[in-house]
Amino acid sequence: MRPSVYIPVAVLTACIIAFQIIVSALNREFYLTQLTMSAYYSLVILGLTVLMGYAGQISLGHAAFFAMGGYTTAVLTTYNLAGAAGNPLVKLVVGLGLDTVSTNAYGAQTQHLSPWVSLVVAVCLTAAVAFLIGIPILKLKGHYLAMATLGFGIIVYRIVLGTRMFGEADGISDLPAFRLAGGLAVGGDPGLRVQNYYIAAFLLVAGVILLTNLIDSRPGRALRSIHGSEEAANAMGVNTARYKLSVFVLSAVFACIAGVFLTHFNGGIGPSEAEVMKSVSYVAIVAVGGMANLWGALVMGVVLNYLSLRGYFGSYDEFVFGCILIVIMLFMPEGLLIKENFRILADTAVRIVNKCRAGKQE
Amino acid sequence: MPFEQLLQYIFSGITSGSIYAIVAIGFNIIYNTTGIINFAQGEFLMLGGMTAISLHSFMPLPLAILAAVIITSAVGALIDFIFIRRLKSPSVLNMVIVTIGLSIMIREIALHVWDEKVRSLPYFTGSEVTSINIMGAYISPQVLWVLGVSGVIVAFLGVFFRFTLTGRSMRACASNITAARLCGINTKNMVTISFMLSAAIGALAGCVISPITQTQYDCGTSLAIKGFTVAILGGLGNSTGAVIGGIIIGLLEAMSISIMPLAYKDAISIAILLIILFARPSGLLGKREAAGLKEF
Amino acid sequence: MNFLEVKGLSRSFGGLRAVQEVSFSVEKNAIKAIIGPNGAGKTTLFNLISGALPPASGQVFISGSPIHGLPPHRIARRGISRTFQNIKLFSRMSVLENVMIGRHIRSRAGFLAAMLRLPRTKAEEREIRETSMDILSLLGIGDLADQEATSLPFGKQRVVEFARALATEPDLILLDEPAAGLNIHETAHISEMIMKIRRRGITVLVIEHDMSLVMNISDEIVVLSSGKKIAEGAPAAIQKNGEVIRVYLGEGDA
Repeated sequence: MRPSVYIPVAVLTACIIAFQIIVSALNREFYLTQLTMSAYYSLVILGLTVLMGYAGQISLGHAAFFAMGGYTTAVLTTYNLAGAAGNPLVKLVVGLGLDTVSTNAYGAQTQHLSPWVSLVVAVCLTAAVAFLIGIPILKLKGHYLAMATLGFGIIVYRIVLGTRMFGEADGISDLPAFRLAGGLAVGGDPGLRVQNYYIAAFLLVAGVILLTNLIDSRPGRALRSIHGSEEAANAMGVNTARYKLSVFVLSAVFACIAGVFLTHFNGGIGPSEAEVMKSVSYVAIVAVGGMANLWGALVMGVVLNYLSLRGYFGSYDEFVFGCILIVIMLFMPEGLLIKENFRILADTAVRIVNKCRAGKQE
Repeated sequence: MPFEQLLQYIFSGITSGSIYAIVAIGFNIIYNTTGIINFAQGEFLMLGGMTAISLHSFMPLPLAILAAVIITSAVGALIDFIFIRRLKSPSVLNMVIVTIGLSIMIREIALHVWDEKVRSLPYFTGSEVTSINIMGAYISPQVLWVLGVSGVIVAFLGVFFRFTLTGRSMRACASNITAARLCGINTKNMVTISFMLSAAIGALAGCVISPITQTQYDCGTSLAIKGFTVAILGGLGNSTGAVIGGIIIGLLEAMSISIMPLAYKDAISIAILLIILFARPSGLLGKREAAGLKEF
Repeated sequence: MNFLEVKGLSRSFGGLRAVQEVSFSVEKNAIKAIIGPNGAGKTTLFNLISGALPPASGQVFISGSPIHGLPPHRIARRGISRTFQNIKLFSRMSVLENVMIGRHIRSRAGFLAAMLRLPRTKAEEREIRETSMDILSLLGIGDLADQEATSLPFGKQRVVEFARALATEPDLILLDEPAAGLNIHETAHISEMIMKIRRRGITVLVIEHDMSLVMNISDEIVVLSSGKKIAEGAPAAIQKNGEVIRVYLGEGDA
């Protein structure tokens, strides 16, 4: 790690710990629930930032990858293995020790596939889909790319909404907790709140470290060069098609992992996670964060998702994200968190303080 | 499949196809003068339909529709004044994001004005049970209205772009905006007119389909994506192509219902969109090289 | 065997035959200029050699091995680098980072290694940074390393593009109008740089309109007109060539 990453990571970690201590001391731990969810959504946004902000490739279908992660683990871990003990595939799974026994909400024991296995399956599946769809999609540019990714997102949404296996409009619920090592588990049990907060925060911090490392490296520069001038990048020996595909798959995998963890945390998933509006709100947050700005995306991702999940926007939730898109694009294409805005803020603060002082002296 | 049933499918395909064609032409008008794909195009249909429904409660139908078209067209002008003019040499990414933002805003405002209820205009002639027998297929007279109005819109635009000064100026902008500006054409006004025009025809289309498909605050998105499919299929910017493309997509969609579950209907037309984008992004009638030249 | 061998290269756009049956060769470590009136097909020729456009017919060999039909990034790996007529620097990246892209084909780190910052990746990164810095110093713009590349004045941007192309350690460099839009001092600087890189053993193919620059630096000149090669030879011979004079001065004056 380098100093440029060091300091913000230290600050972020301090904030994470401080928030938990304060909230626990005030006996308001329920705040952590939405914050945990926001952290997972922010993980999607971080991946999208690299794809959109740095490599310059828009995706209006990232909710689809999130949903693929969530639905894959939901389908696989809610399947009762005990009920199909005779099936050779089930026998193989049990024989290899890939199963887990959990106690469900009603206190009954269920035998199901281990979430570790479903995580691996989900990541492989999403990566494969992103790879296959990415080959033709990433040849497109501008409006065509936007429409194609949007179309892909709608197809996934229609499929989960219209297929019995995915629970149609109801989605899938009653997922078992995802037991990690050392007694940690990702699940919705109130007793797991604090540890889930830290698990999500850990993933988010790890994600941002990995991606900042990536941006400031050989492949990272290659990605940014595609945004600058694809033709020049090619002439410098950058295989732009391959790099675009790689970053598309990478950001899809980030969304998928977030989907798997959040679905276990929530204990279920519904079709709204695959909706176009979800994808659009991810794009909005990347834009607010300043497009090519991982830390901006992280901060705005956590803040906006938290506000949205706490219901601060009321029935104007989508309206808020629509406004954000327009206002940011028209007036602050560099995003909200740029130095200039902070300077304006600081100047105003100084002016107010000065005025107050002047007022006192009189 | 018996002949009558086939004919029934064909009629329903052509009906929705002609609406998709109108949406596609709306895309084309704005695309030609600005190079922007207006993601809020579908919202114009919703807005037109909803406004007419509200106005119809205290004025006769033709007047309500006329007023709805004018109001929606004013909204189109407003969008250009407030938002589009502020975009100075925007990247495609910015334009896409702004028009998506617009579509969300219009939709959410509609949600708060008209709530989630599904509404519709009355049938222009007869009622929902009236039907006309054409060679064994029973169709609603509203279908004829849809076809007729679409035909009139296409004919009107043909005349407008060919024979009026404004229409010709808009075409000049489409082929070379700098040259048009040098010839003294006020290109900014042309952009405003293109937004008004495509909002107006969107609103009119939104009114005529309202009795059949009904209108809800969020019905714009799926119409927009199908309209875009059609615009791409016909070759972006090409209105003859849009009509042919619209009928093809409409027929394919109608036929797909007979073999696939209804829930996947939208997925099918979008899958067609993806296939066209991958295989031939210049569309059926578009020239390959022309598509390559327009910087996307 | 000639270092670069271009044989019967053709390409047209719609009805326009931009490059027709152009053949020539360049010796190792020579400086060859391509001149011709606007629209003669010079840049198209560069695009065909560098792979930015696939040729409709014809062949290109580098040290005897064929490179035509390869994608541009593969051709870059064969030791061909280029600059662009309308400068194409990477926006939102510093001058140093722009030049570091030039080291792309000389380094290996992939996504995973970069994300995890493995020791060998760190070492490689240091090497990329140092080499790029050296090239900037060599061209006299070391002090601009941390500036945003696209915010520099025009003349400096040309030098950065030059540095970026050099960073790939090319055997052959294609320069598309390196002096266009530059003042006399800047042009002299460019001419100096071209001689400097030739001394490093690099072969140069240059498109240029500035005749004094062309006559000064090039060993040989190819003249294109309407996509066809109309003359080829030493600068002195080209200056006397009747066909060339006619093309440049117009039919009536010949």
